[in-house]
Amino acid sequence: MSDMHEISKKNIKEKGLPIVEEPKSKLPLYISVRELPLRYQFGTAKIQKFFEGLKEGKIYMTRCKKCGQKFFPPQGDCPNCLESNMNWIPLSGEGELLTCTMIVVKPSTYAHYDNYLVGIAQMKEGVRVLGWLKIDDPAKIKPKMKVHLTTVKREPEHFITYEFVPA
Amino acid sequence: MRDVAIVGVGHSKFGNRFDVRIDELAWEAVSEALKDASLSAKDMEFLVVGCSGGWSAESLPAVICSEYCGTLPKGSMRVEAACATSSAALAVAYNLVASGYVDIALALGVEKMYESPTPVQIEFIGRAGNYFWEFENFGMTFPGYYALHATSYMWKHGLKEEDLAELAVKAHHYASKNPKAQFRKEIDVETVMQSRYVAWPLKLFDCCPLTDGSAALIVASESVAKKITDTPVWIGGIGASTGTGNLSKRDLFLKLEYSGLESAVEAAKQAYRQTGISYDNAAKHFDVASVHDCFTIAELMAYEDLGFCARGEGLKLVREKQTYNGGLIPVNLDGGLKAKGHPIGATGCSMIYSLTKQLRQEYGKIAGKETQATIKKGKALAHNIGGTGHYAYVTILSLERPQK
Repeated sequence: MSDMHEISKKNIKEKGLPIVEEPKSKLPLYISVRELPLRYQFGTAKIQKFFEGLKEGKIYMTRCKKCGQKFFPPQGDCPNCLESNMNWIPLSGEGELLTCTMIVVKPSTYAHYDNYLVGIAQMKEGVRVLGWLKIDDPAKIKPKMKVHLTTVKREPEHFITYEFVPA
Repeated sequence: MRDVAIVGVGHSKFGNRFDVRIDELAWEAVSEALKDASLSAKDMEFLVVGCSGGWSAESLPAVICSEYCGTLPKGSMRVEAACATSSAALAVAYNLVASGYVDIALALGVEKMYESPTPVQIEFIGRAGNYFWEFENFGMTFPGYYALHATSYMWKHGLKEEDLAELAVKAHHYASKNPKAQFRKEIDVETVMQSRYVAWPLKLFDCCPLTDGSAALIVASESVAKKITDTPVWIGGIGASTGTGNLSKRDLFLKLEYSGLESAVEAAKQAYRQTGISYDNAAKHFDVASVHDCFTIAELMAYEDLGFCARGEGLKLVREKQTYNGGLIPVNLDGGLKAKGHPIGATGCSMIYSLTKQLRQEYGKIAGKETQATIKKGKALAHNIGGTGHYAYVTILSLERPQK
């Protein structure tokens, strides 16, 4: 599509219009002259403790002080009790792999990573977590294999997140 | 509540539609539906537009399509339920008519995915879960979400990639007969097995394509329907359910010893209850079904989620080819999402289009005798899933007027 944009700029110069011939169908396409940069932002105030925890190497879940329901992803409000009073409990990291996949065809914003494995694990504390599984050889993956959840710096962006490694 | 019937249906050619804009694409289905019902655009009293959007330029598709199709100044709205968007649009249109708010409503599903480049489409669909906890840090994709279900099924029931390939072969077989389908070529198991991984264990030929397309349904109240047509297709029941945004919270495939989508089970049970059908061996009540096969694994899970067979027995239906025409229950005789194409917001109405034609015994005229199901029970089922069981809609159609 960026090629199409380049051709459309050339066509504007030569013919006055950003209309290009779509290569496969040979149909005329109007390439918009407007490009929309889109980077979302969202509030973390209610679960800021989770992000503080990541900096200390901890991965927190929440548990409602009234009914005891556990939440991962952590949340500040309990829909059962209509209360917003949570215990913050760090996960031990001990888990068992329930399923996994390897993403080969990636979204545009993930194009710079190698193929990555994503798994869901049952954690000892009773919640389940989805995350990348770092393993040298995917052939070693076994149903219900023991995994460990740990914080990690994601490269090349260098931000803190979490991932599974074989236990 | 009044009974509601489908009295007109229309369907565009599915595929990569660089030749039209979104309103022109909508017109293809709407004009065909109007002709089918011998009505004019001015007869429509409300337009409910299913359009998932994001990848296409128009922000107000309901307005753009109303203007182009000539339904102004009647009321309209846009409805979103991911890949179940236009089943949701039909549910809204149904309720507008059933409640007596209007007598005739138009449900339109339309999607123009190719207004954005492919990687951007993949990005948008991958965000269809819980954005922060699944996409922002872990880059999940739509095939990836279903691949997690496929792995789970393999680990529990000995499902093989070759079994899934059989479902792709069936989809392409029927799509090859459907002039409105995106893919018109037959394939074999080897073609599927040799295609590259998209999200292990799913390969390219396990996946539906990205598609532009539209489908339209005109629904009318009982008294009006009988004036319009001799073969009204009644809406017998609509079940709707919502699943967790986070896949990690799904008990059915993570906790229990089988795989499936709990929202699909719930929606099916609701629709069966409304129609007086038992969940066990539900297949025996229907002549034909359309199930949501965005990926081959999705069709397999649908057999079990709908109660067509017991848990873990879906594989047997596949291996015995029981969902081809003439089998226990013919499924996706139009090629399904997998090969007919999956224009996100148009798929629900497309399913109902095919089933309406099936029940009227007109489908064979479109796609050949082999694709017309034998109509004995006069009932058909559409199973339309949004996201990965994030939304589920099950719609039951009937030649017989629903019993109060």
